Amino acid sequence: MDENLLLDAIERYKNGEMTAQEKTFFEEMRKNNPDVDQVAVEHTFFLNELERLGKRKSYQNTLREVESNLVNEGIIAKKQSKGTAKIAYLWNRYKKTVAVAACIAALVSISTATILSTYSDKKQSIGLTPLVADKLNKLENKVDQIENKLDNAAVGITPKPKFAANFRATGFLIDGRGFIATNAHVINKARNLIVENKRGDQFIAIPVYVNKSTDLAILKVTDTSFKKINMPYSIPRASAELGEQIFTLGYPKEEVVYGEGYLSAKSGYSGDTTSYQISISVNPGNSGGPVINRNGEVIGIISGKETNADGVVFAIKSKSIYKALEEIKTSESIKLPTVATIKGLERVQQIKKIEDCVFMVKGN
Amino acid sequence: MNILEHEHVLLQGLAANDKKAVETIYRENYLTIQSFIVKNNGYPDDAKDIFQEAMIVLYEKASSGTFELTCQIKTYLYSVCRRLWLKRLQQMQRFNPSAESIDEVIPVEEELDVHEKRNADLMVMENAMNKIGEPCKSILEAYYLQKKTMPEIAQFFGYTNADNAKTQKYKCLVRLKKIFFAQYKNGE
Repeated sequence: MDENLLLDAIERYKNGEMTAQEKTFFEEMRKNNPDVDQVAVEHTFFLNELERLGKRKSYQNTLREVESNLVNEGIIAKKQSKGTAKIAYLWNRYKKTVAVAACIAALVSISTATILSTYSDKKQSIGLTPLVADKLNKLENKVDQIENKLDNAAVGITPKPKFAANFRATGFLIDGRGFIATNAHVINKARNLIVENKRGDQFIAIPVYVNKSTDLAILKVTDTSFKKINMPYSIPRASAELGEQIFTLGYPKEEVVYGEGYLSAKSGYSGDTTSYQISISVNPGNSGGPVINRNGEVIGIISGKETNADGVVFAIKSKSIYKALEEIKTSESIKLPTVATIKGLERVQQIKKIEDCVFMVKGN
Repeated sequence: MNILEHEHVLLQGLAANDKKAVETIYRENYLTIQSFIVKNNGYPDDAKDIFQEAMIVLYEKASSGTFELTCQIKTYLYSVCRRLWLKRLQQMQRFNPSAESIDEVIPVEEELDVHEKRNADLMVMENAMNKIGEPCKSILEAYYLQKKTMPEIAQFFGYTNADNAKTQKYKCLVRLKKIFFAQYKNGE
């Protein structure tokens, strides 16, 4: 029997559209032919899933319709609430101001960072810009003040250590228990380091590995308030392919920012084989961010960009992380995630999962 | 009609995607949930989200056919919402509230695990759907999701006859199936 006809038959059987005679014939065939039976089982399962999706969708439509009707009627009111939520409201309203101010601050710091490049190791060269948002300026300090005031208003709800940072970059978890990879040049001169998640929770961290030649650093979160996070992405040992679509999340401003691009060369700045060249739009603050491919694998870590060319960015290969772990395995046991749970998800869903694992790295 | 019968009718309506039933349940329960969530560091918008999710859980239960209501809808929804909200708060690492409940709560953890698995499964199908491209997506949606007939689909998509549309639908279905199973098996 043609597969076309078989699938059709399975569908009609499932929907009860067969005559009694057809039905007996069909059941007989399934009994005598395991292959057909297998196809039937599989196809029925598939159709059930499809149908369920259809039902779920139309039900969700109903829910939305009913909800918006009730909002219009005023039954579900968008009223101002009392109690604890009031502080939350206040926070929310302030947050917008903070975000706007932070935007302006980030814009200014791009220019300052390119001028005040204090990058100094063997890779230092005129043509390379480290992507750390150095010298957060006065405006940003003001933002911090506002934030601090806000914290005082919300005492007991979001206690946050006061921390006056003078640079900001990105880092991401390589072990859900609190190990974060970032760039060596980021933490180069820092005396104190903290990492901050997208909700603004801050945690104290210490460097456990710094390698200036590969520009890789690994931080360990020492704060006990840090809770283990399940890792959505994996970190592969293998090299990535030329032309692979990639994306990154980072903190060029006080809010996580998404960027998209592709892998343009398998070697980095002037032939450096420990890094890739990628084409993506990044800004100061993106340093240390993960470079992730569509399968949810972290293939590299953003480290710098060529000053005179637009969109020429360099990323340390993920292999370096494995090498680093080898070197520090006696003191720290870090387990890299090998399975990407976000594989196959829509990009938006992937980002939602990854966001929790990307941190702002600040220090002074 | 006593309460039990009333609720039974509501659940049947829910399983059949009846708007009236949905609306009644909304009217009878939404505000309780909203005030619970707002009291526990949420916004009314969070309440809308959580309530919708809980309504989906209730729908899945009602339409599974094996569902016997062992408590009032009100209690059930409250328990589900409470659990969902506490979980969400934990995920956001927002301050853990002292949500010691004075209201009656039934255990729903296991059901929510099932629900989550269900959501993940549906996501696989939806992703596969998004990947097959047009016109396949629209044809399959028209046939399997909106339950349009083949002649209607042929006319809408401009096929000269229903048989041609059916051949196309078959091709699309095979493609969808391939993508679906590739992801489904991968996910396990």
